[in-house]
Amino acid sequence: MSALTAQFDVQYATFHLHAAVDIPLQGVTAIFGPSGCGKTTFLRCMAGLERSSRGVIRFGDVVWQDEARRIFLPVVKRPIGYVFQEPRLFPHLSVRANLAYGFRRIPRKQRRLSFERIVEILDLHNLLNRRPHHLSGGEQQRVAIGRALLTSPALLLMDEPLSSLDMTRKNEILPFLQRLNQDLHVPVLYVSHDLNEILQLADHVVVIKEGTIVATGTIQDVFARLDLPGLVEPNVVGAVLETTVAAQEPQFGLTRVEFSGRSLFIPQQALPIGTSLRVQILARDVSLVVGVPAAQSSVLNALEARVIEIGESRSDPYTVKVKLDVGCPLLAMITRKSLHQLKLHPGQKVHAHFKAVALRG
Amino acid sequence: MSFPEMDWGPVWLTMQLAGVTVVVLLLVGTPLAWWLAFTTSRFRTLVEAVVALPIVLPPTVLGFYLLVALGPHGLVGGPWKQLTGAPLSFTFTGLVIASTFYSLPFVVQPLHGSFESVGKKPLEAAWTLGASRFDAFLTVASPMAIRGFLSAVVLGFAHTLGEFGVVLMVGGNIPGVTKVLSIAIYDHVESLEYTQAHFLSVFLLAFSFLILTIVYAINRRLPVHVS
Repeated sequence: MSALTAQFDVQYATFHLHAAVDIPLQGVTAIFGPSGCGKTTFLRCMAGLERSSRGVIRFGDVVWQDEARRIFLPVVKRPIGYVFQEPRLFPHLSVRANLAYGFRRIPRKQRRLSFERIVEILDLHNLLNRRPHHLSGGEQQRVAIGRALLTSPALLLMDEPLSSLDMTRKNEILPFLQRLNQDLHVPVLYVSHDLNEILQLADHVVVIKEGTIVATGTIQDVFARLDLPGLVEPNVVGAVLETTVAAQEPQFGLTRVEFSGRSLFIPQQALPIGTSLRVQILARDVSLVVGVPAAQSSVLNALEARVIEIGESRSDPYTVKVKLDVGCPLLAMITRKSLHQLKLHPGQKVHAHFKAVALRG
Repeated sequence: MSFPEMDWGPVWLTMQLAGVTVVVLLLVGTPLAWWLAFTTSRFRTLVEAVVALPIVLPPTVLGFYLLVALGPHGLVGGPWKQLTGAPLSFTFTGLVIASTFYSLPFVVQPLHGSFESVGKKPLEAAWTLGASRFDAFLTVASPMAIRGFLSAVVLGFAHTLGEFGVVLMVGGNIPGVTKVLSIAIYDHVESLEYTQAHFLSVFLLAFSFLILTIVYAINRRLPVHVS
């Protein structure tokens, strides 16, 4: 699998970004971290909008930047699409001309995505003849995404594309973004400080804190790490599961989903059987049972688990994090007293009881 | 009152001078305004001040230095004379050069302002869409700065139309070569030909009023809103 390799140092008066990372060129990779941590600078360096004094960026076999050899490929030569925080549409051009701006500037042979296809996927038909300032914020951002995609980029860079939108508009665009990834197979680097967006969209995560990369990996692995700085407490993610809808139980308002041969119940989702669905478990919603489980219990979701590791919580000295293996990593947050009473230790077999919810826009 | 015999020579000459000067000003002023809008150089303030000088300097001061520079022994006029055999002072070309300096701030300042309000963001977007820097300037920055260009052309033209002191110093008063409208008016007044002076003055007044009105009207209707 080809990958994007990047190392750079950017030094400003008040800010220092130091990054060294390998990013798979497949699916959505989220760059995640609090505001002001260097996420946007990271993305601008990738695009060539910012030039770091020391740095190497390699895209597959192509060198984009190597300061030791004085190589710096300008923005216009990099096969990227860029979606900015604000739509940045050209006000003097119609939506159609905005979409065509990049499309017309790439050689015919390199056009992998057709104008009609993008217009259809992003539902832009009714907007084509309008001017940008007559569109809502959400519509403008959809046009901006379409405009970037129409350059048939080998990599799409998105800098908090939803942050300027309200909740309703966000939920209007998220499904489009999910479709993009599934239908168009364009790898995406997606910068955001919104955990919910990332849980819905990302396959890989790069966590940045104060200008330094603190974790990288698949979304399942990154959020199951115990040493992740307290970015998201108290809503620590226990697990993100890729499941398939297996059955509907409308009389109970439940949907049964499956992942690696195990079954879970989640609040009902109006989706056909066989649909893939991402499901989240919060660490504080997991409780642990030692010994033979009761034959009957009100808990719907119970899985056999093995304790892997026990770690401290950063925000609360009376709480501990327990990393479990339930066929995939799962984090549980329990009280120190429970840990003491259950005498938990690595390797121990337990049962995990939890509540799960679907991640959908 | 009998209708005076009108000499249209100075009117035609003035229009030619203003027209040529505006073209030169756009060629010189656009890159200069662009540089001022986007540079981080510490010389920016200095260059800005130099460009603005003609606004505050008496035209005679500017005219005096230009006369020295453009004259047969001057910094510019000397080499020019060796090349072409003729001096620059008291010629039409000399007037164009002088007017370019004199009207430079009236072209650079509106352009500088509108390039700044366009800002870097749309340009960055254009670059990521495969536009070269020049392409982005032509297809994104220029249309977005259209009001700035319109103001620059009109102010540059109108200001050159009305110049007096600099022209008198550098060009003198040679009919058909350097005798522009404002000098013709001065001449008529000096020789107590008030009717002719009135005629040219009214023409200049009406013309200036007309183009400014047209420009402000067009400006309101331009489709581009850069906020």
